Amino acid sequence: MQTTRKIRVLIAKPGLDSHDRGAKIVARALRDAGMEVIYTGLRQTPEQIVETALQEDVDVIGLSILSGAHKALFPRIMELLKERGLTDVLVFAGGIIPEEDIPEIKKLGIKQIFGPGTSTEKIIECVLENVPKRA
Amino acid sequence: MTKTEEIAQGVLAGDRRSIARAITIIENDAAEAPKLIASIYPRTGNAHVIGLTGPSGSGKSTLIEKIVREYRRRGKTVGVVAVDPTSPFTGGAFLGDRIRMQELSTDQGVFIRSMATRNYPGGIAKATRDSVKILDAGGKDIVMVETVGAGQSEVEIIKVAQTVVLIHAPGLGDEIQAIKAGLMEIADIFVINKADRENADKAVMDIQAILQLDDKEKAWKTPILKTVALTGEGVPQLIEKLEEHRRFLEKEIERRKSLVRAEAELIEAIKEKAANSVIEELRREGKFEELLQKILKKEVDPASVAEKLLHKKFKKT
Repeated sequence: MQTTRKIRVLIAKPGLDSHDRGAKIVARALRDAGMEVIYTGLRQTPEQIVETALQEDVDVIGLSILSGAHKALFPRIMELLKERGLTDVLVFAGGIIPEEDIPEIKKLGIKQIFGPGTSTEKIIECVLENVPKRA
Repeated sequence: MTKTEEIAQGVLAGDRRSIARAITIIENDAAEAPKLIASIYPRTGNAHVIGLTGPSGSGKSTLIEKIVREYRRRGKTVGVVAVDPTSPFTGGAFLGDRIRMQELSTDQGVFIRSMATRNYPGGIAKATRDSVKILDAGGKDIVMVETVGAGQSEVEIIKVAQTVVLIHAPGLGDEIQAIKAGLMEIADIFVINKADRENADKAVMDIQAILQLDDKEKAWKTPILKTVALTGEGVPQLIEKLEEHRRFLEKEIERRKSLVRAEAELIEAIKEKAANSVIEELRREGKFEELLQKILKKEVDPASVAEKLLHKKFKKT
């Protein structure tokens, strides 16, 4: 029987960003690369994001943030993921995130940060290379 | 306990992570799937399974969110499976039905799962039926299935849902008359959403006209309801109708439909396993490619090939 295993990705918008153009571009690119992409819409709390990731049993989470609230929201999200046992999920981030904040964010367990202008190919590559293999 | 047994136990205890994991096993058609279903099957049959179909732009997702809220107000727990199409070219899917329901994601009495069709036809995914069973066994009072949007030929939902709701809206560009006969027949409840728009009453009359053409004596009088999903207007009445239909089903007729559903499921399972066993054997023996070539060269047609293979396999005429 053919396995129809697909990579499921959650694209989430924590915080109070007013638009999601970038997030939708990434979402569409991942879809065109054969993945199943769940998009939350704007203004998500960390609790909503983690609960969604759990229900949708995603392999990957992409956090898109423009408003600069990443320092407050990312640690909370990573903490909740751990609490709920979602430790085998690949997390990456994108949007407006200053370079000097990147090392700290990576320490939280976020694999890669993609700034504005990153090619979608790069993001797809990162996902394919790092998506956790499930038994 | 094996991992599968652990997950099954988790589902029966209503654990959300287990339910999520279980649905993934079903979606991927993993080796553990049959065992998983076998473990939870005895505890299915309690949920009211409601299918919601209709064209995009009818406001399905917004209406579903309001329906879920109303059920929650009445103390029921709800599972939602929202299906969206897989691209036949890329194999990927954009699953956006959750956007309209996100406020419900932290309600512990609600479980929402987005599902791609993975090219299964008819508006649902192959995994939808068994995923509904998981949510049922997981203790949900109501399980709602939102089908892919077109609403013209999405009749597969009948194999999964006990109550089928067809949602339409005025001014969508599809004429009500364009609703294919099959869909008209399987709908138990019609809803005209966006009823605050012009022509809502005309839409109701159009459906009434089509329903009256069917002069068979029906035990269930198919109602046509008006809702305004954005405000929630008409939703309590819709819930009343859903509950009424549920009571109606609890009688004789449901027993008959369950028989049909079980029959369809068994036949499908037998067909699939028979086909797979024949095809796997051919591939193992290296004969599959050979037969494909013969067909391409027009030396033989596919039906004759299949006939010959089955004759050999089952030794019957």
